[in-house]
Amino acid sequence: MDLLNTLVQGLMLGGLYALFAAGLSIMFGVMRMVNLAHGDLAVVAAYLVLVLLGGTMFPLWLVVVVTLPLFAVIGYGIHRSLFSRSLKAGPLSTLLVTFGLSIIIQNGLLEGFSADTRTIDMGVLNTGAFHLNNQLSISYLGLLTLVLAVAVIAGVQLFLSRTRTGKMMRAVSDDADTASLVGANSKHLYAIATAIAFGTVALAGIMSGARSSFDPSIGPAQLIFAFEAVVIGGLGSLWGTLAGGAVLGLTQAFAAHLDPSLTILAGHLVFLAVLAFRPQGLIPQRTV
Amino acid sequence: MAHTPQPTKDGTTPVSAAAAAAPSFTGALVTRAGRASKASAGLLGLAVLVLAALPYIAFAGTTSSMVTFFVLLIMASMWNLLAGFGGMVSVGQQAFVGVGAYTVLAFANLGMNPFVALPLAALTCAVFAIPTSWLAFRLRGDYFAVGTWVIAEVYRLIIIRFDSLGGPSGMSLPGLTGMDPVLRGALTYWAALTLAALTILGCYLLMRGRTGLALTAVRDDETAARANGVDVTWSKRLVYLVSAAGCGAAGGILIIDSLSVQPNAIFSVQWSAYMIFIVIIGGIGYLEGPLLGAIVFYALQQLLAGYGSWYMIILGAIGVAGAIWLPRGLWGTITNKTGIQLFPVGYRLNQPWTLPPTLR
Repeated sequence: MDLLNTLVQGLMLGGLYALFAAGLSIMFGVMRMVNLAHGDLAVVAAYLVLVLLGGTMFPLWLVVVVTLPLFAVIGYGIHRSLFSRSLKAGPLSTLLVTFGLSIIIQNGLLEGFSADTRTIDMGVLNTGAFHLNNQLSISYLGLLTLVLAVAVIAGVQLFLSRTRTGKMMRAVSDDADTASLVGANSKHLYAIATAIAFGTVALAGIMSGARSSFDPSIGPAQLIFAFEAVVIGGLGSLWGTLAGGAVLGLTQAFAAHLDPSLTILAGHLVFLAVLAFRPQGLIPQRTV
Repeated sequence: MAHTPQPTKDGTTPVSAAAAAAPSFTGALVTRAGRASKASAGLLGLAVLVLAALPYIAFAGTTSSMVTFFVLLIMASMWNLLAGFGGMVSVGQQAFVGVGAYTVLAFANLGMNPFVALPLAALTCAVFAIPTSWLAFRLRGDYFAVGTWVIAEVYRLIIIRFDSLGGPSGMSLPGLTGMDPVLRGALTYWAALTLAALTILGCYLLMRGRTGLALTAVRDDETAARANGVDVTWSKRLVYLVSAAGCGAAGGILIIDSLSVQPNAIFSVQWSAYMIFIVIIGGIGYLEGPLLGAIVFYALQQLLAGYGSWYMIILGAIGVAGAIWLPRGLWGTITNKTGIQLFPVGYRLNQPWTLPPTLR
């Protein structure tokens, strides 16, 4: 029963990692870029929700409903103003720009909110759980996060395979020059991919901020977990990312069960083992 | 080996080594070092001599802050070698800064003089870099960057499990506490200066030779270089090992300078941020870049030291702007306008009418 509980907790943690990783996977799949500020953006979203909850009378659902589209719009704007310029200058420039952004965000948050740890209060969501028996309980928040992760990944997959914009995005990803001949505006489509990535990472940041405490410096750790989920699952495959998140979550949960100080290291070692023995990932795929 | 002439960024035509050795009949001059380079080499040698005498003429505070400058210069030169010449953008070089520092600590714990352990720190890092490169080289481009970061975290998480090395809270360095502080400060300064000079000289010699030519070819077009017979993986691995050794030595200096080590600080990604900033501002892919960048960085650090996290915000913003609008950095812009090279690693075809007016 103890084992079953660890399994369930690991899967729910994996859902959170998959939610973090979805945006990273989309951006890599569509434009082969890695946003090194990915984790820091999630932290910004968590602080924004904290401020909105504290400063206004808005209920939680409304705050979340406002924050996600706001992040998508910011993502679109940042892509058109910064990322598109750096993508033109080459992959080195993109890495440097996003790394610089990460440093600016971390220190900006430190200046604005100090290094104190915070948590988002979601009321019953924070504390409530389904108690299946006296050893196995499933927290509302963990379950909701897992459901959201599956929904986001399925939604993005449907968007890419069914809608006109999604198909154009795949075409641009395959060959931007040829796609532009049939009317695809690659800058606009790339910016939409960035917008989706920003929106989903904001959601991940909010869920993570309710699950455990956060401070301005945790962004890089979240980037690394998301990155590991993407690589374990297979580069550019969204369902692979979900699987990768689950593997990472399960590994960490079982390692924590054995020795809490091994939690993070075990996740990294599984990632390195995948790199060494199965570099194409669990579900290798080059198309999004 | 690729001896195919490729037009360089600044428009001059590099000539292959074979052509450079052949007598020229056209009246054109194939040269490596221009008059300015020879003069600047003399000046640099003089600067090193003056710097070496500094502990005798300046206050200890000055030499102590110069140690930080040399450490940054070493790290940035190593990152420039890796990214600017090897095409490998890493945000995980702090792995070797940390391993270098802990190597010095481990040998000092065994009773060795920490200064004697410095070369061993470099060597240990080169050895550690071999298995690291097997894993990291599975990833390319952006993913290589984050992969190296994860590997640096793994090194930190493993090292803090050793209680004999201080565990998660770190440890102070034994073996130097009995030494006269002035002498210790001067020795640290000389060690840092020597390593910085060796780093720059080593980069120059490496890039002048066969490896440099191979690397430049790999950076410009990996597939074409491979087709021309360049052993791409070997060249990249060599650069990776050299870069690891340099960063390890820098880490060794850091622990000797501060007399203690704290795992989160020595394995901090901040070191990578500093290296990247210095190289981007100075000019990536130019041996002069890190030198100029380190001076600018050092000046900014002195200027903005009182502003706390605003200092990092400004650095980040300058880095972002530099990456987009000044991709060749300050030195790239200068050398493009004037043709001056302090460390000429290529060959140039100097015909009287192609010389800039100042050199005619």
